[in-house]
Amino acid sequence: MGNVSTVPKESPLRRVLGSFLVPYIIMLVVEGMPLLYLELAVGQRMRQGSIGAWRTVSPYLSGVGVASVVVSFFLCMYYNVVNAWAFWYLFHSFQDPLPWSVCPLNGNRTGYIEECEKASSTQYFWYRKTLNISPSIQESGAVQWEPALCLILAWLVVYLCILRGTESTGRVVYFTALLPYCVLIIYLVRGLTLHGATNGLAYMFTPKMEQLANPKAWINAATQIFFSLGLGFGSLIAFASYNEPSNNCQKHAIIVSIINSSTSIFASIVTFSIYGFKATFNYESCLNKVILLLTNSFDLEDGFLTANNLEQVKDYLASAYPSKYSEVFPQIKNCSLETELETAVQGTGLAFIVYTEAIKNMEVSQLWSVLYFFMLLLLGIGSMLGNTAAILTPLTDSKVISSYLPKEAISGLVCLANCAIGMLFTMEAGSYWFDIFNDYAATLSLLLIVLAETVAVCYLYGLSRFESDLKAMTGRALNWYWKAMWGGVSPLLIISLFIFYLSDYISTGTLRYQAWDAAQGQLVTKDYPPHALAVIGLLVAASTMCIPLGALGTLITRRLKRGDTAPVA
Amino acid sequence: MLWLLFFLVTAIHADLCRPDAENAFKVRLSIRTALGDKAYAWDANEEYLFKAMVAFSMRKVPNRETTEISHVLLCNVTQRVSFWFVVTDPSRNHTLPAVEVQSAIRMNRNRINNAFFLNDQTLEFLRIPSTLAPPTDPSVPIWIIIFGVIFCIVLVATMLLIISGIRQHRRKNKGPSEMEDSEDKCENVITIENGIPCDPLDMKGGHINDAFVTEDERLTPL
Repeated sequence: MGNVSTVPKESPLRRVLGSFLVPYIIMLVVEGMPLLYLELAVGQRMRQGSIGAWRTVSPYLSGVGVASVVVSFFLCMYYNVVNAWAFWYLFHSFQDPLPWSVCPLNGNRTGYIEECEKASSTQYFWYRKTLNISPSIQESGAVQWEPALCLILAWLVVYLCILRGTESTGRVVYFTALLPYCVLIIYLVRGLTLHGATNGLAYMFTPKMEQLANPKAWINAATQIFFSLGLGFGSLIAFASYNEPSNNCQKHAIIVSIINSSTSIFASIVTFSIYGFKATFNYESCLNKVILLLTNSFDLEDGFLTANNLEQVKDYLASAYPSKYSEVFPQIKNCSLETELETAVQGTGLAFIVYTEAIKNMEVSQLWSVLYFFMLLLLGIGSMLGNTAAILTPLTDSKVISSYLPKEAISGLVCLANCAIGMLFTMEAGSYWFDIFNDYAATLSLLLIVLAETVAVCYLYGLSRFESDLKAMTGRALNWYWKAMWGGVSPLLIISLFIFYLSDYISTGTLRYQAWDAAQGQLVTKDYPPHALAVIGLLVAASTMCIPLGALGTLITRRLKRGDTAPVA
Repeated sequence: MLWLLFFLVTAIHADLCRPDAENAFKVRLSIRTALGDKAYAWDANEEYLFKAMVAFSMRKVPNRETTEISHVLLCNVTQRVSFWFVVTDPSRNHTLPAVEVQSAIRMNRNRINNAFFLNDQTLEFLRIPSTLAPPTDPSVPIWIIIFGVIFCIVLVATMLLIISGIRQHRRKNKGPSEMEDSEDKCENVITIENGIPCDPLDMKGGHINDAFVTEDERLTPL
């Protein structure tokens, strides 16, 4: 089933950034490919979904499969909100001018709304019009009907695709995975011809030594690989279980990871050319503002000050009119192309804001906007299909539930339940809860699940036993490279990543989040209230505790059975 | 005497129009930014046109229909190009109140801009806010229309798939049950060919077929 190649989740939330290339490629070769091959091999060998597969490997590991399902469940709950936002932006792209390119007017039509003046029009559209965000996570506010409608539509589309089960999902996933390539190619051509694109590309390809030394870059690269390959979610095992036993999954694994990473690099080229355009545009506007300020303050001739002679004229003015210059000096911003390029992109909000800001400055911006959000939707729906497949496979496989309800009804109930829970994210404080889920629901748990998987296959099941299984199944011997990776390097890497995460958390103390302050028109950092911290703890615990609890449960049932059979024997 | 009067008049004029004077407004033009290569030079003729536009705007205010070009005073023209202006009353001793000038300019801002090929940003009247064009809001927001279209399409497609799924289920249920009925009959009847039990053909003996009987009688005896 070549659909495995379409499982990769191009999570637009985690963009490749900066001198990412070197850590990314290293992490791909050392972690991504071996772990992908491992999951495909396990699924193909055990021929069951993730819960059954791990139970077959070792009865104490039934918790691993359950943990994967729990993580997929959390992901399902919150991820579709991104699709709802993409739908919202897509529907608003059919207007001229684009609603996020101009600020709305204030009451007496003499100027723009204050919040929009202080921030930018794209930020205003995102924080006020799309989210209607509240100042802090405690003030929940009411459910916003516009995003709620878009969320219902997003879930309806997902239901339509998974209605007929995994076979039809496979066909849809072909479509959702191939069409973004077309849009990416169009964007590549457009992006490379933009003014200032070369600045972004130069920034992307120049390696920065100090960033390589920072462990954060390596952690981000590893998480990016995990997410985009879909490791630890159980969907890979589920898909691979439909494969023929003699299928060459090693070739599949290598091909899939290479296709995935080249797609990522291709997408980064497009992304960085657009960043370069945006950064250059902002840099030039900043320069123009400074020029205007100086021209107005000193009544210089219009057009005299240009970007080239700015520094010399500034020096001249400082010496000729020192008092006036010192008055104006605080308002003069230091415009730098580097700082514009380095504005880190994290989180969905910034991803939406940065792209819309770049698009609004292009010609025929409606077309580019529609294309971009259509591609975003395709990728998002594709990810959702993988996630829901990971939840639905164990449900439809279980005899109890599938005897009562047809699979359409099961899918419908799952979609309805997730849609109802997702309404939480359409409230005024919904974006803050979304960030909580985004940052904590999957990251730590995935690391632990993958670690447990690798350790289980290598040490509990036995690496040599697995190797002979694979040889019997596919007819090919296992390369020493895979054995070395599975046995040693990958688990060690994951453990070190884990330690970095924990030390990072411990060093910063409490957890903080960015809240939007409408009065200042920018983000401010606030501490999480206790109930939010409790939810975070619950999220991490719910998935990670499944593993030890599963082992414990099996231990107890075995003891009980032994206790029952002993007197009989 | 005449010279004295002349000096007095210019002195009063200078008094009336100076930077930060009462009821004076500063104007700033950015001609090269707006027009690039087609920029015109700012000279006395352009100033005359400006005075004419201001006088025209004032004439539209009730009670000020008699404003003349000579009532508009310009001063402190810089290279930028920026200058200050005031509008005096017919007696040339007092300046008109700022509020009146402000409302007059705001009303006719568009025509003043067009006279100079500039816009609100390149022809600035400091302290006179411009009225911004309101966005054209359609009665039904466009996004709801598109949302409705896509929502209906997806809903119809979902319904079709569900209904066809239910039909397939029913056909599958009917099929096996038909097979079961005929298999039940099989247990009582020995053979079945083309759905007709062979059993009656074997065991049916001694029944006269009337059709054949009549045909026999038609044949003439030898």
